[in-house]
Amino acid sequence: MTAAAAALEAVSLSTTFRTRSGGVARAVDGVDLAVGAGEIVALVGESGCGKTTLARTLLGLERPSAGQVLYEGKPLRYDARSLKAYRRAVQLVLQDPTGSLNPRHTVYEAVAEGLRVHRHVGDEQAKVADALSRVGLRPSERYFLRYPHELSGGQRQRVVIAGALVLDPKILVADEPVSSLDASVRGEILELLLALRADLGLSVLVVTHDLGLAWNVADRIAVMYLGRIVESGPTERVLDDPQHPYTKALLSVVPEVKHLEPTVLAGEPPDPTWIPGGCRFHPRCPALASGEAEEAGVAGDCRGTGLPVLPAATEHVASCFLSSLRQGMLPD
Amino acid sequence: MPVLRLEDVSVTYRTAEGAVPAVRGVSLDLEAGTSLGVAGESGSGKSTLAATVLRLTPRSATVEGRVLLDGEDVLAMSFGRLRAVRWAEASIVFQGALHSLNPLHRVGRQIAEPVLLHDPSAGARRSVDGVVKELLTSVGLPTRLASSYPHQLSGGQKQRVMIAMALACRPRLIVADEPTTALDVMVQAQVLDLLTSLVRELGVGLVVISHDLSVLATTCDRVAVMYAGRVVEEGPAAAVLRSARHPYTRALAAAFPTIGDPAARFAPRGLPGDPPWPGDLPPGCPFHPRCPEAEDRCHTDDVRLRPAGDDQAAACIHVGDPSGVVR
Amino acid sequence: MSTATGAPVPRVRSAGQVRRLRRRAALGRFWSAYRRQRAGVVGLVVFALFLGLALAAPLLFSHDELEVTKATGQVLAPPSAGFPLGTDESGRSVLALVVWGARVSLLVGVAATVISMAIGTLVGVASGHFGGVTGGILERATDWFLVIPFLPLAIALATVLGSSLLNVIIVIGVTSWPGTARLVRAQTLAVESRPYLERARVLGGGHWHQMSRHVLPNVMPLVLANTTLTVAIAILSETTLSFLGLGDPFRVSWGTMLENAFAAGAISAGAWWYLLPPGIAVVIVVLAFTLIGRAMENVLDPGER
Repeated sequence: MTAAAAALEAVSLSTTFRTRSGGVARAVDGVDLAVGAGEIVALVGESGCGKTTLARTLLGLERPSAGQVLYEGKPLRYDARSLKAYRRAVQLVLQDPTGSLNPRHTVYEAVAEGLRVHRHVGDEQAKVADALSRVGLRPSERYFLRYPHELSGGQRQRVVIAGALVLDPKILVADEPVSSLDASVRGEILELLLALRADLGLSVLVVTHDLGLAWNVADRIAVMYLGRIVESGPTERVLDDPQHPYTKALLSVVPEVKHLEPTVLAGEPPDPTWIPGGCRFHPRCPALASGEAEEAGVAGDCRGTGLPVLPAATEHVASCFLSSLRQGMLPD
Repeated sequence: MPVLRLEDVSVTYRTAEGAVPAVRGVSLDLEAGTSLGVAGESGSGKSTLAATVLRLTPRSATVEGRVLLDGEDVLAMSFGRLRAVRWAEASIVFQGALHSLNPLHRVGRQIAEPVLLHDPSAGARRSVDGVVKELLTSVGLPTRLASSYPHQLSGGQKQRVMIAMALACRPRLIVADEPTTALDVMVQAQVLDLLTSLVRELGVGLVVISHDLSVLATTCDRVAVMYAGRVVEEGPAAAVLRSARHPYTRALAAAFPTIGDPAARFAPRGLPGDPPWPGDLPPGCPFHPRCPEAEDRCHTDDVRLRPAGDDQAAACIHVGDPSGVVR
Repeated sequence: MSTATGAPVPRVRSAGQVRRLRRRAALGRFWSAYRRQRAGVVGLVVFALFLGLALAAPLLFSHDELEVTKATGQVLAPPSAGFPLGTDESGRSVLALVVWGARVSLLVGVAATVISMAIGTLVGVASGHFGGVTGGILERATDWFLVIPFLPLAIALATVLGSSLLNVIIVIGVTSWPGTARLVRAQTLAVESRPYLERARVLGGGHWHQMSRHVLPNVMPLVLANTTLTVAIAILSETTLSFLGLGDPFRVSWGTMLENAFAAGAISAGAWWYLLPPGIAVVIVVLAFTLIGRAMENVLDPGER
C-alpha cells in the first residue's frame, strides 16, 4: 500500500512514558500501520499491549517519541491550529458511552458540540438532525432534549457516534465500541459501522480485544503484543491460518473457535517497562517451550536476535522467526 | 439429591416507583459435581438470582419460593443457621471481584478471614496459614502472594484470590457472578480452566453467571438463559448453544460469531431495541417487541417453559408440546 | 432503562432556544427539590426578610436618625413606645441602627464573597485544569494565601490603607478565596478525569472550551453552595473587624454597633437592648445563609448523578 493511498498511517511510531518509579514504559515500540480509504482495520491485543496508546497517538492526543503519523500522506503537525483542523478529519468513539457524554448536556448539545467548537456556519440544527438520523435515532427531534441518563447504553453509543459524524470525518477510531454494551445490542452498533463505511466511505480503526468483532466487521486485522504489531493481514487469512504463535494462542482460547486446540499461555503479558530481549514474545512462546523452535533451528534467534518492525503491507505477514522460516523467507 | 434446587423463586424490589419484579418464578436444579451456566443481559435478573442463593438480597426485596441447599431451605433458615451456611456450604464470587478486596489488608489475611469466622480456634492452632497456602496453590498462585497487598496483584491474580476465598471453607456450592468480565481473553481462559478443574477435583457444584453464552457453553454442563426475570431456555450446554429453541437464545449465540464462519463476515447479528427494564415489562411474552418470530398471540399470551426436545426446555409458543408445561 | 417515549416535544427553533428551555427546566427542577428542604426554605425566608429590611431602610427610618447631632432620645434608655429597641449612648434609636446596619453588613458580606468566589473559582479551575508548571504555581499560591492569618493581615492593611468599607471588603476577599480555590480544584480534577472531557478534546475543543462548557458547569453547583457559606463567614468577619475598630467609623454596621456599645460601657450599664440586637442579628443572618448553603448542597449533591 503506497503512502498516497493510505488515509491514516503510522510510520515507525513509538510512544513512551515515564513511570513513577523512573523507568520508561515503551507502550508503542515501533509500529507501521496503515488504514486505507473506506477500509475497516481491527487492532487487536490484550490489555497493556499498547493498542490504546497507539490509537491515541494516531489521534494526536499523545505525542510520539519517534516516528510519524501521516494523514493522507502528510505528517501530522502538533501546533494547536493544525491539530484542530485534523480533528475534523479523524474522530474518536470511546469505550464507555455513559462516561463519554456530559450528564448535564442534552443529546442535542452533545452532538452539536463539535460544530460549535469549529464554529460551523450554517444550519446547526439540520446537521444535528442529520447525524442522529444516520445513526438510527429517528425521528431525531424526539431525541434533542433527552439527557444521557434517559437513554439505553446502545442509544448512548449512537449519540457518541453521531457527535463524531457531525464533523464529516474521513476516519473513525473506535476504542472498544461495544464491550460495555449488552450482547444483543452489539449487533446494531457494528451494523452501524458497516453502514457508515458503505454510505459515507468512512475508514474505521477498531481497537478491541475481541477477535469475534474483528471477524464480524474488519477487512484487515493487526495483532499487537507489547508495543509491536506481530501479525497483520486480511482478516480471513490471519484468523483462518494464523502464523504467529501469539495469534494462534489468542485465537485458540476464544470459545467460538473450533479449528484450533486451546493453548492457554501461562502468566500475563509483561509490562512495557521491561521488554524481553530477542523476540519479545519468546518467554511465553509455546513454540519455543515445546521445542518446535529448537527443532527448526531458530531458537537462538528467538532468544537473542531482535525482530524488525513489521511493515504495513496488505498481505498476510507475521513477525516470527519460525513462521518466516516456514514461509521460506530468511530470518533477519 | 441436587446440591441446589430453586423452586419457583421470585424476587421483587420495592422502589419509589413501585414494585419491580427482578426474578419471576425461576426453578433450577444443580447436581453436585456439575456446573450450571446462567446467561442473561442487564435486567434479566441473573445477579439478583445469585444473591438470593445466600439470602443476600437487600431488605427492600421480597423473596418468594424455596431455595434448597442440600435439601434445606435457605429462605426459611434462622439467622444463626444462615451464618453457618454462608461460606461453609455455599459461597459466592462476586461481580466486580477486582474491587471486592480490601486494599488495606494483605491477601493472605483476607483469604483466612472466612476460615477464622467459621472456626475461630484455627487461628490459635495456626493451621489457618497452612489452609491459606493450600488454597493459593489450588488456584495456581505462588504461596508468597499471601503477604502481598491487592494493589500488587494483576486482575487475573485478584480473580483467582477471590476464587480461593470462595473455596476457603470447602463449600458444596460456588456461585460465580460474571467471573471473567473485565479480564483479557487469555486470563479468562485461565480462570475458566481453573473453575472446571475445581468442579472435577473437589466435586463442588458450580453456578456461573455470564452474558457470554459461548463462555458458558464451554465451561458448564448445563445452561439456563434468563430474560426479563424468567428462564426462557434450559438444557445441556452444547445443545442450547448449537440448537437453541428460543429466538432470544439464538440471537444471543449469534452475537458472538463463530470465527471462521464465512456467513458471519460483515454480517453482525443483533436484536433491535434493548433488554426490557424489569419495572416496565410489555404484556404477553416479554420478548415479543424484539422477537423476529413474534406473532399476534405473542402480544397477549405469556408463555412458560415447555419441553423442547431431549432434556431441553424453552418458553416460546413456537416450541414443543404445549400440554407438557415443564415448571 | 425506558426507550424513547412519544412524549410531546416542543418545536425547537434554534440552539439558543434549546438552551433557554433547558435552563428553565433545570431551574424548575432545582426549585422543586429545594422546596422540600425545610431548613433551606426557612433560611431563605429569613434572608429575604433581612434583605427587605435592608433595602427598605430609608423608607422605615430617615437617614437623620443616624446623625449623632440630631438624636432625639435619651441616652441609653430602655425600650419604650417611641424607641422599640431603646437608645444608644447618643440617644439614637437602636432599631434604626440595626436596620441601617443591615445594609452595610449585607453589602460587605456579599461584595467580599463575590471577590472571593471570582478569584477562588478562577484559580481553582486553572490550577486543576492546567497541570505542569502553571498548575503547580497556582497551587502553591493558593496554599500560601491559605495560611495567611486573617487578623494580622487585616490590621496591617487597615494601618496601611486606612479604615474604610472598601478595605474591609478587600481584606475579607483576599483571605477567604483560597478555601474556595481548593474546593474548586478538587472538583476540577475529578471532572477532568472523566471521558467526556477527553471527548471534548478529541472534538477539537481547546482549553477555553473545555473549561467553560464542561468543567465550570460541573463545578458551579458546588461553588454556589459554597458561596452562601462564604457570605456567612464574610459577615462574621466584617463584624469582627468593625468590632475591633478596623471598620469604617463613619458607617453604621452591626460590628460598629457592638464596638460603640462596648466603648460606652453598655455591659456595666446593663443596656441589653443595645448589645443583644446587633449580635442576634448577625447570628440569625449567618444561620440563614448556612441553612441555605446546606440545602443547596443537598439538592446539588453530585452523588445524584
